[in-house]
Amino acid sequence: MATLPDSTPLPGKLFIVEGIDGSGKSTQLDLLHKWLVSRGYLVAFTEWNSSPVVRQTTKRGKAKKLFSPTSFSLLHAADLADRIEQNILPALRAGAIVLADRYVYTAFARDVARGVDREWVREIYRFAIKPTLAFYFRVPLDESLQRILVGRPELKYYEAGQDLGLSEDPYESFRLFQSRILEEYELIVGEAGLTVIDATQSLVRQQARVRRLVQPYLKGALKVDQRPWRQVLAKEGLHGRYLANGAGKDQE
Amino acid sequence: MTRILFYGHPLPGMTETHLPGKLIVVEGTDGVGRSTQIALLREWLEANGYAATETGLTRSELAAAGIKKAKRGHTMGDLTMNLFYATDFVDRLEKQIVPALRAGFVVLTDRYIYSLIARAQVRGVDPRWIRDVLGFALVPDVVFYLKIDIQHLLPRVINSQGFDYWESGMDYLRSDDIYENYVRYQGQLISQFDTMAEEYHFHVVDANRSVPAVFSELRGSIQMIVEELQSPADAAMPAAPRRKRAPRAKGARAAAAPAAPQPAAEETAQAPAEAKTGQAA
Repeated sequence: MATLPDSTPLPGKLFIVEGIDGSGKSTQLDLLHKWLVSRGYLVAFTEWNSSPVVRQTTKRGKAKKLFSPTSFSLLHAADLADRIEQNILPALRAGAIVLADRYVYTAFARDVARGVDREWVREIYRFAIKPTLAFYFRVPLDESLQRILVGRPELKYYEAGQDLGLSEDPYESFRLFQSRILEEYELIVGEAGLTVIDATQSLVRQQARVRRLVQPYLKGALKVDQRPWRQVLAKEGLHGRYLANGAGKDQE
Repeated sequence: MTRILFYGHPLPGMTETHLPGKLIVVEGTDGVGRSTQIALLREWLEANGYAATETGLTRSELAAAGIKKAKRGHTMGDLTMNLFYATDFVDRLEKQIVPALRAGFVVLTDRYIYSLIARAQVRGVDPRWIRDVLGFALVPDVVFYLKIDIQHLLPRVINSQGFDYWESGMDYLRSDDIYENYVRYQGQLISQFDTMAEEYHFHVVDANRSVPAVFSELRGSIQMIVEELQSPADAAMPAAPRRKRAPRAKGARAAAAPAAPQPAAEETAQAPAEAKTGQAA
């Protein structure tokens, strides 16, 4: 079960995934999401750096290269705080399953790799809800780099850790930055009790393991009928042609 | 500033232990007259040859626009608001305050972490947490707390811009009566400041008095602090109108930049008033 920082249990479940870029965590979370929905569970999804309240500021900071390690860290904390206050906590209180792509451990790893104090970043995230299960997709650096860099994509300034001045070359900077992050993650695994998934295994095997681990926590999780009008259609012989996109979403 | 002290974990990337400028904070609740006093002090400092600059909440290049937008929509929770303000604060600390102190400026700051702490605590945020979050703040040379009671505050606010949604605590108080909320919220903020006065060694200034009376007290106190910025050679010279200049910000800045030649800065570090700096550590 998910718990508040003061250990108050919440009725919902919070599953989160962590790992360096190219570890395949988002793919696995997406597969988990689809499985849970197909089984009728009420699922809310949230991802790192997506709060509408701070979005404009993040964009501005990145475009104009305004961030220092500390302001970068604080703004990302504001991002998570907003998502917790507006989305994650209400969903968990209602008994839903919440899936989060990256969580506080991303900050613990990245911000410390940027030079922020290890203890301080943990202090500022003290408001965060404790997840039911936290998966860490462990992958060797070379493999993740190969997955990410295979098409020589354009790397973004902060993504490549170029603000640290590790190297002039974005690819080399990215490699050095990722290796620092990886080191931090390895410390966190033990500290926070992350559930390690071997991300070098096949996607199918990883997903099977994730589902097996999630399964025991699903008892009592809120379910929702995704197509409650089905019965009417069947009984009255209707096609539902006026149901919006067949998804049954109420028009605003 | 002389010695650099932080309330908590030091600011990453700060390598020096001394900064030649002076950090002067003016704190107090909404509408107490902080900005009026800062405007007067800045002009007075510049007229006397000191390079002065000012900053205040939500004036950062990074986060100011975002905070203002979010407040218009009334969409922020307490944690988010605190962290957003902390982002604004550190951006100004790193890009405005520290560079100015490094250059030997007198930095006048309209509010500091204490307002952020007061607002957070009134809203029930964990006091330990908000102090940890803002632990990278430099300990100022002096914090003037303009202390006012609600009876004196009310007419000033009504006479100026009237009651504001956030300044009346409308985001968290239950009543929809803005007057009642204003009185309650400001009362709570004032009592937070009163409590912090001891914790953070505020210099308490009775702001129930007139603008000139408050100014004269502030000026007297600041005079002693900024005198340390004079090198001994300067101090020995006839004290009368030093570098007479019209109070144009740009001109005064340039004029006082030489305030920190190396040997002088060394001496300043050992000046008697240094004791002032460390007390809140």
